Amino acid sequence: MFKAKVLIKRRKTILDPQGKAVEIGAKHLGLSDIKNTRIDKYIEFNVDTNNKKAAEEEVNDYCKKLLANPIMEDYEFTLEEI
Amino acid sequence: MLSETKSPISGKQPKFGVVVFPGSNCDHDTYYVLRKILDMDVIFLWHKQSSLEDCDVIILPGGFSYGDYLRTGAIARFSPIMNEVIRFANKGGYVLGICNGFQILLEAGLLPGVMIRNESLNFVCKDIYLKIENKETVYTKGINGKNSLKIPVAHGEGNYFADEITLREIEDNNQIVFKYCTSDGSITNESNPNGSIMNIAGIINKKGNVLGMMPHPERSSDSVLGKTDGSLIFKSLVNNIFN
Repeated sequence: MFKAKVLIKRRKTILDPQGKAVEIGAKHLGLSDIKNTRIDKYIEFNVDTNNKKAAEEEVNDYCKKLLANPIMEDYEFTLEEI
Repeated sequence: MLSETKSPISGKQPKFGVVVFPGSNCDHDTYYVLRKILDMDVIFLWHKQSSLEDCDVIILPGGFSYGDYLRTGAIARFSPIMNEVIRFANKGGYVLGICNGFQILLEAGLLPGVMIRNESLNFVCKDIYLKIENKETVYTKGINGKNSLKIPVAHGEGNYFADEITLREIEDNNQIVFKYCTSDGSITNESNPNGSIMNIAGIINKKGNVLGMMPHPERSSDSVLGKTDGSLIFKSLVNNIFN
């Protein structure tokens, strides 16, 4: 079995209104050096197979078809045997 | 009261199907308008069924399907009925997505682009004005003599985005059907409720059978609610679908 850790990031060219709003909070805290706050997604799950290649394929499929929207997001993941 | 918004609708009448996803909440309003205001044949279609039951028009209603988890519309897009809706749309069947329904159409790839959080981060619920940019669609052909349509929006993620190539393509193909505007029909930044690129409020596919729009025509179709411009879109569809 593998533990998959997926990071989904919105492309830099696409506005991230949440990140922008959170950064206003940083300014209010007096943290004036904070720039370019982006809010992305981190997703964890198990893949119930002992075949790493099969696990990779399944995670890719999951990311491409559902977890990420390829029009605006990129993803990367790691697999760790558990 | 109801008769005020009724119009003489002649010829063969379409059968409507309103899809119900877990979390849909404008399904009954849509059903009500079609049945009680427009006197149409309309049924609910549960998202787990695979038959469209010979409907001529499929409506994906507003709401918060699957709690808007992951991305709006992302999970509903894989509901069993969507395979049929996609097949139906690809064969030229009429599909109208309203608000969350529009988001589902984008996720399903039936319309180009994506929807992101409103620029203001606020959930915006108010009347807005729409300019009809393409009067040749089955959904807008019958609407004349109006500078703008007054129809409410109610969404947190209605900020339409597409890359430059896609935008150029939808512009060149005349796929932008509605833009946010002022009451006199001017396209301004102030009249844009969510930061949508080019004030886009509704787009249609190349074939002209699949329309997605963020505003809610079903909430402005009964004169009891003080506005009826939304009914013009349904009437246009009913009057033009078989012509």
